[in-house]
Amino acid sequence: MDLHEYQAKELLQAAGVPVPPGRVAHTPDEAEAIATEYGVPVMVKAQVHTGGRGKAGGVKYCKNAGEAREKAQAILGMDIKGLTVEKVLVTVAADIASEAYVGIIVDRATKKAVFMVSAAGGIDIEEVAATTPEKILYLPVDPRYGLLSFEALRMGFFLYKDAKLARSAAKIMQQLYTAFIAAGCSLAEINPLVVTPANELVAVDGKMVIDDNELDRRPDIAALRDESSEAPSEVDARKANLTFIKLDGDVGCVVNGAGLAMATMDLVKFYGGEPANFLDIGGSSNPEKVVNALRIITADPNVKCILFNIFGGITRTDDVANGIVTATKQNPLTVPIVIRLTGTNEEIAMEILKANGFSASSDMDEAVQRAVALAKGGAAA
Amino acid sequence: MSIFIDKDTTLLVQGITGRDGSFHAKQMIEYGTNVVGGVTPGKGGQQFDGTVPIYDTMFEAVQATGANTSVIYVPPPFAADAIMEAAAAGIKLIVCITEGVPVLDMTRVYPYVKEHGARLLGPNCPGLITPGASKVGIIPGRICTPGNVGIVSRSGTLTYEIVHQLTRAGIGQSTCVGIGGDPINGTNFIDCLAAFEADPNTKAIAMMGEIGGTDEQEAATFIKENMTKPVVGFIAGQTAPPGRRMGHAGAIISGSSGTAAEKIDAFKAAGMGVAQRPVDFVELISARLG
Repeated sequence: MDLHEYQAKELLQAAGVPVPPGRVAHTPDEAEAIATEYGVPVMVKAQVHTGGRGKAGGVKYCKNAGEAREKAQAILGMDIKGLTVEKVLVTVAADIASEAYVGIIVDRATKKAVFMVSAAGGIDIEEVAATTPEKILYLPVDPRYGLLSFEALRMGFFLYKDAKLARSAAKIMQQLYTAFIAAGCSLAEINPLVVTPANELVAVDGKMVIDDNELDRRPDIAALRDESSEAPSEVDARKANLTFIKLDGDVGCVVNGAGLAMATMDLVKFYGGEPANFLDIGGSSNPEKVVNALRIITADPNVKCILFNIFGGITRTDDVANGIVTATKQNPLTVPIVIRLTGTNEEIAMEILKANGFSASSDMDEAVQRAVALAKGGAAA
Repeated sequence: MSIFIDKDTTLLVQGITGRDGSFHAKQMIEYGTNVVGGVTPGKGGQQFDGTVPIYDTMFEAVQATGANTSVIYVPPPFAADAIMEAAAAGIKLIVCITEGVPVLDMTRVYPYVKEHGARLLGPNCPGLITPGASKVGIIPGRICTPGNVGIVSRSGTLTYEIVHQLTRAGIGQSTCVGIGGDPINGTNFIDCLAAFEADPNTKAIAMMGEIGGTDEQEAATFIKENMTKPVVGFIAGQTAPPGRRMGHAGAIISGSSGTAAEKIDAFKAAGMGVAQRPVDFVELISARLG
């Protein structure tokens, strides 16, 4: 789960990291009031879950409160990479002497939380890693000891020659690590970490990604989820315990298991079609999941054909068949459906489907080819 | 012959009285796995299914049964502790089926398991099966048949699909291993490939990877440098958008890293066979079995 910048900064601030004063505004009036309250100049920053806000015109410098109002007016409601801006963060604009990057990720290779720090801040760290890798210091943290003082200080001196700044930075590393662990992050970064002309450090932008598997045990973090910033179909799917990701194609896919779901999407593409979504109904055989899956997929006007691909291991294919029958009785389909199922209770499933006027195949390639042809408006193969 | 499990495997089921644990314990017993006990704190002294003794702790269970393997079906908040309990009790192969274990928990579990000299498979994996001998986990037994092809995969149902197609084509398996879909897991592709290379009964290997991370690329390098047996690979997620977690916690393209294309290129560079579709495994593996 992604947090907004303002949410990440609140968590960082709670851990002691200095951030510029400010607040979230939902209207131009609020933006103006915040600018007046905290003092100008301010930054008005779109709060959406995507990178490249600045390039899209979603981050603006404002000299006075009236300008903050104008810029907020322009940014609120703006579309950035398909996401509508519902709120802006209004913060006091920091004077910048230099910018650094400080981040922590859970690294798959070392199987540890790893710090990445670089004096080349303010820009995309991936780009720095690709072009000038020597400008990044990587420091894996042993989870049994946490971040040790000398490690934090080493990173501080990697960024700053000035001892006072290095010590301040080391303190921020500790605070960032504390926030990272406390929130159950898979990524936390401060970019840029700014040195002001007064030789103070301040976190001008913050980002946190929470490991979804942490949310059950951290209700306070889970409550930060902003459903207005997600595709409505994905919110709906999550509430129905389905894993769903909307894509741009026209073949709606319902599959059990993540690997098979990806392989099914790939096969749709292989045979010349485009998948409309990733959808994993999971391992259980609850007919209600099938009903919900069909409801979510048929709500997408792009979908020209629905493809079921079920490999019955733990999932009982007769339960899936019953789900399809129930769902289509409640809401008759307006697009063709292609069903492939094999495995546990396949014979019973086939009988249920046949008795209700559906045909089904047990071959994955045959079913995918048929679905692609139907989505293109051609006759069934 | 096989890798990791065989007829001598003696198994404890952690979480044996839970919904998933009890269902799969029965399935494993039916398949012929030697299930010597189960653990559910508070239910020690009872019996599962009238035959399998239940213990309160792994220490007691290992002491009483001498088991060498355990399988974990406990809910995510307790899974990390269950893995460490098994390692501390002296279990040598720990298979964690549980999906949803926080990755920060795994950063603590991994070094603990190593220090205790145990092997962890998973979490978020379907387990493993040596057809005709033993099954630990949830892979459906009837889709497998004994033979000479080693299977290693990050997926569950995709593996079943491919194993099923191989079985239908008369191609049997030595051992099928699901290493799981999480970003930090106990056993990786290389561990399994090395074991298959050393197993006299394995003649060829089918390997199913997916987007996210660099495990497949490292495996390809290992194959090129260390393996004499043929390996055929497949990568799921060619159509996956970057930055989105595709069901599995580990199946995510981060920035420009972990794409299907870079993994397939690594396979090709290592001289491996590459299956474009799951069904292609049948022909590619047949050709390599001679």
